[in-house]
Amino acid sequence: MMITKPKKADAANDDSILLKVRGLRIDGMSEEVWNPIVKGVDFDLKRGEILGLIGESGAGKSTIGLAAMGYARPGCRLSGGEILFDGIEMRTASEKQKRAMRGVRIAYVAQSAAASFNPAHRLIEQYQEAPVQHGVLSVEEAQSDAVDLFGRLQLPDADTIGFRYPHQVSGGQLQRAMTAMAMACKPDLIVFDEPTTALDVTTQIEVLAAIKDVVRQFNTAAIYITHDLAVVAQMADRIIVLRYGEVVEEADTRTMLSKPTEAYTKSLWAVRSLHKEEEPGEDTLLEIRNVDASYGGGVKVLHDVSIKVPTKRTVAVVGESGSGKSTTARVITGLLPPMTGEVLFKGEVLPPALKSRGKDDLRKLQMIYQMPDTAINPRQRVRDIIGRPVQFYLGLTGKKREERVRELLSMIDMEPDTFIDRYPGELSGGQKQRICIARALAAEPQLIICDEVTSALDQLVAEEVLRLLLRLQDEFNLSYLFITHDLATVKAIADEIVVMLQGSVVEQGMKTEMLTPPHHEYTDLLLSSVPEMDPDWLEDLLVKRAAAANAKVRA
Amino acid sequence: MSNQTPDEPVRSSDAVAIPVIERVWWREAWKELKKAQWTAKLGVVIILSYVFVAVFAPILTPYGESQIVGDAFEPWGDPYLLGTDNLGRDMLTRLIYGARNTLGIAFVTTILAFVVGGGLGLTAATLRGWTDQGLSRIVDVFMAIPVLIFALVLIAIFGSTVQNLIIIIALLDSTRVFRLTRAVGMNVAVMDFVEAAKLRGEGLSWIMLREVLPNILPPLVVEFGLRFCFVFLLIATLSFLGVGVQPPTADWGSMVRDNATLITYGDITPLLPAGAIALLTVGVNFVVDWFLQKTSGLHDDH
Repeated sequence: MMITKPKKADAANDDSILLKVRGLRIDGMSEEVWNPIVKGVDFDLKRGEILGLIGESGAGKSTIGLAAMGYARPGCRLSGGEILFDGIEMRTASEKQKRAMRGVRIAYVAQSAAASFNPAHRLIEQYQEAPVQHGVLSVEEAQSDAVDLFGRLQLPDADTIGFRYPHQVSGGQLQRAMTAMAMACKPDLIVFDEPTTALDVTTQIEVLAAIKDVVRQFNTAAIYITHDLAVVAQMADRIIVLRYGEVVEEADTRTMLSKPTEAYTKSLWAVRSLHKEEEPGEDTLLEIRNVDASYGGGVKVLHDVSIKVPTKRTVAVVGESGSGKSTTARVITGLLPPMTGEVLFKGEVLPPALKSRGKDDLRKLQMIYQMPDTAINPRQRVRDIIGRPVQFYLGLTGKKREERVRELLSMIDMEPDTFIDRYPGELSGGQKQRICIARALAAEPQLIICDEVTSALDQLVAEEVLRLLLRLQDEFNLSYLFITHDLATVKAIADEIVVMLQGSVVEQGMKTEMLTPPHHEYTDLLLSSVPEMDPDWLEDLLVKRAAAANAKVRA
Repeated sequence: MSNQTPDEPVRSSDAVAIPVIERVWWREAWKELKKAQWTAKLGVVIILSYVFVAVFAPILTPYGESQIVGDAFEPWGDPYLLGTDNLGRDMLTRLIYGARNTLGIAFVTTILAFVVGGGLGLTAATLRGWTDQGLSRIVDVFMAIPVLIFALVLIAIFGSTVQNLIIIIALLDSTRVFRLTRAVGMNVAVMDFVEAAKLRGEGLSWIMLREVLPNILPPLVVEFGLRFCFVFLLIATLSFLGVGVQPPTADWGSMVRDNATLITYGDITPLLPAGAIALLTVGVNFVVDWFLQKTSGLHDDH
């Protein structure tokens, strides 16, 4: 550790308390009044310790993480309690004091690295900004440090990668570069706010391993915020479960995983237990045959894709981003007519282009989107969002339409009287997704394409949505084509699995068959990359992979 | 269906999180207005008083619009509060009727410009591809020619009747409206809910009017206010040049010109119509600023 400053050498063995939070209260402004968001939270963080904060969105995780830096988002205020960082009261510290600390002693890694980098500057220029500005390092020192850190974070071409622009590196690399940037001044504390949520499972592993490694090497304390239990199990020494701005439970990772005491924590743990018995399909409802597709006649994004969806079954299409999953959906819906190949519905060829399909073809094939926020028109009330397909496809108007809308709302477990007059802005994320489901159901379809429908939702909410989808499948004999990168979801609800890589189908088959070895090499990589609730999982996996790589080299 | 009215932007941004069922837009608007800065309130007062004067012009005026009541250029005082003009017509009466004519023409023109420009802009944004290319290039050609010169040429060709004036200015201004509508419409037209409507098999007009339009109304309303001012100034300019609203109809632009000789004698009477124009422009801008602030605040919430 040539770049470690002398005072750090002592710090390496020092496990005194670095951050002490007592009775932290944070208010947020809404409706012109201050409402409490965080209601009296206490915790301690020792030097070199990694503390995991988990909870649903709105639990106050990020707000607490930022408060540790003495920062409150616009519209929020730190209204009470103590935040003692190494003996300094951050809540009442002056802006100048806080500015001197931020970046040097406390750093922050945001969820979306892509949005946090300035696209106009090279990575290394952005890296050196904080240390040079704060006068900690000279430009040369900062640059040689950067190369060292990039290497430690296992970025390829550590010597030169810093001279690239943010768009020239991948999302996972950018997230690691951002971690390097946070480490630039060798801070005492780093706040990681969902650093891997936006990444594919296979990329996530690399980032997790790199972060864990580098944080240990420099004995940096960290607050790791996430909603993914399996991820926090790998990263944290201690876990705090938050709900509605209050601490539900606090324990070290192993205890928390094996013996959660609170009912809420147990329910979080139980989410992953959702399981559906697979059944082989009887007759084929939808079939895509040898489809090749490209955008605007350029590079082919689908190569000879063939998928069959049986009646009343769920076929999950999995793969990393860019593997052609969503493009396949666009081909099926007719938004992107294929170059060659055809789409068959109940054995009949569907016209390739959306425009040439009849109303009935459209009705039978509905789609649910990933982001419920953008999938429903914010200027329409629930009544009109669901009522429109009822009227459009089934010709119901007036009272009949209203009745049908109410019926659909009850079907998705939403009280019609409460919700029918609301605008989407007055609904939570899970409720919006339910409305999207109701809109699809309103058409009385036979097949629903679900494009990453749960990835924007919290675990508990996601599970409710999945349960709802399973129940509706039973009631209305629906088939689902389930596009996802989340293998936990696949295990929960799929009958059959299709694995895609770079626009081709790598492997397909029944769920159990696909989930039991031997797999295709890529399927294996994908499956083994899904974090498990075992704190040793990440290390074991890395050891295993290293061994396998060695064996390969020797062979 | 019927309660999906385009009065949406007036709805308060705060209402978003409250589970209130009953939403009366004017009550919400009143509540918003009470919270607004004084400039916005002043703007609203100015606009409302102009509208009032324009609507009740015949009742408010002591004489007829083009009635000759005395000698030319009589000074301020009784019975002619603001004196008389170059032909001996009552200045105050002309000023009040001028509000009616100038405002009326400008309003109709702006509406027409928005129907044409907004409609085409939405079509271009929704259909994209060749339609968009074609329309945009035509608009580019129109925009390359300075508005005032183009307007003068067209008026010279078609003659300066009120109808021609309205149509010509509306068409010229619609190019600007087209640009804006297309730009903001594009952002909305790529959203998932528009795709969902396409997948449902909805027609172009549904997608344009029901899916895209309600989501771009705030910037369009702001643009309406600004456009209104521009149109209004352009009409006054044309009238001042003698090709706009023709005598004996009272119009603020031509009134400035008619009485321009007085300025040489240090009389400010000819500047009164100009002042009326200036005040309304300021008022409209105050309101537009306020509305812009409100709606951009709404965007922050997302």
